[in-house]
Amino acid sequence: MSQVTVLGAWPSPYVYRVIWALKLKGVDYDYVEEDVLHNKSDRLLKYNPVHKKVPVLVHAGKPIAESAVILEYIEETWPQNPLLPKDPHQRALARFWIKFGEDKSAALFGFFMTEGEQQEKATKEGQEQLRILEEQGLGEKKFFGGDEIGMADLEFGWLAWWLDVMSEIAGVKVIDAESFPRLHAWIQRFKDIPAIKEPLPDRSAMLTYFKGRRATFLALAKS
Amino acid sequence: MAEQNKVILYGTWTRPYVKRVELALKVKGIPYEYVEEDLRNKSPMLLKLNPIHKKVPVLVHNGKAITESLVIIEYIDETWKTGPRLLPQDPYKRSQIRFWASYIQQVFEALVMVLKTIGEAQEKAIKEVSEKVKLLEAGLKGLFPDGIPSVDEYSKNVTLLDLVILANLGGYEAQEEVLGVKIIDSEKTPLIVSCITALIDLPAVKESRMPHEKVVAFLKFFRENALNSAAA
Repeated sequence: MSQVTVLGAWPSPYVYRVIWALKLKGVDYDYVEEDVLHNKSDRLLKYNPVHKKVPVLVHAGKPIAESAVILEYIEETWPQNPLLPKDPHQRALARFWIKFGEDKSAALFGFFMTEGEQQEKATKEGQEQLRILEEQGLGEKKFFGGDEIGMADLEFGWLAWWLDVMSEIAGVKVIDAESFPRLHAWIQRFKDIPAIKEPLPDRSAMLTYFKGRRATFLALAKS
Repeated sequence: MAEQNKVILYGTWTRPYVKRVELALKVKGIPYEYVEEDLRNKSPMLLKLNPIHKKVPVLVHNGKAITESLVIIEYIDETWKTGPRLLPQDPYKRSQIRFWASYIQQVFEALVMVLKTIGEAQEKAIKEVSEKVKLLEAGLKGLFPDGIPSVDEYSKNVTLLDLVILANLGGYEAQEEVLGVKIIDSEKTPLIVSCITALIDLPAVKESRMPHEKVVAFLKFFRENALNSAAA
């Protein structure tokens, strides 16, 4: 039994950020699946009473919640294969883009929660943010972290696997190689990294799951 | 001031996110130049320094811009080793401070909702913020089981979390006056109040504290504006 446990939910991109960080650093962990939609465990409610969400990292019995906070903890506790640069200004830039990803998540996911005219508008809004990400976040770099992947790459990792599934279900093309060449190239590079690729959830299972989620969101919006 | 190590803070006095950074600079004794921005008429410099969000605060150090208040404070803590450590050494304690500092954004947004609403909507907002404030108080209890540590004149024991609490929640008395509702007070939220009280006596903090009447006037103006736009 490992000293490290991750409470997670297999469809959640937030959970994978934590899993990827641990795998990239070669840290052993136990994984516990939580049924967050229907039946949160007492353990989850005890470890994350404020938000009652996954991921939660438990290390030597002490819980940490919020993926951005967990990533910083992992970086500080297991410094091998660093995910943040040493230079304070570069670190500040990485953290800026992580916050950008958090703040803009409603805009980025909007296309998936809407239909018709609303969806057209939401898709455009999401693409505006992705344009900023492509041109200013990534720019000419190989990864958001520079030559190697870093914390900001993990923040946007959902673009590399979840976005495609969500786009297919929602019937909109959000990113393609022509309109977002840099992000598109980054997605291929990111997905090729073994520690990233290995834990990815099964695509057909994701299709089923997210189809159900979209139906729920649209029904809620109508009510 | 030499160009090397020159620090400029672009801010707006009414913004708590700016206040957080100001407090960090003051508590660590870092000399800086302050530039007040009129958010209705943003300067070309601000738009150049923060083209993506076009917001304050922006810290410029050695000619490079850093934005996002918590990111700036971590940058300050990593760059200047004088004054208190705003984040402790221990990774677990750091994670708890980061967690609660981030949570305060939600508490603050809920507080702002109370200011912006009336009637039933306001009652709902008050209920929501009271629940969040209760969770925050419980969190502080977990972090400081023996109460909030005293802060000496050298600002020993001040952390990033204290600065965030003071900046975002320090105006609670002015808010009470404007709304006629107690959300934060020494009975319901003794730790939040003692945290604020511990800090406001520090010379570095005292000198930049806005007079109560000025804060009250601003909050009244903010509320009026919000209600008028909602009605429009």
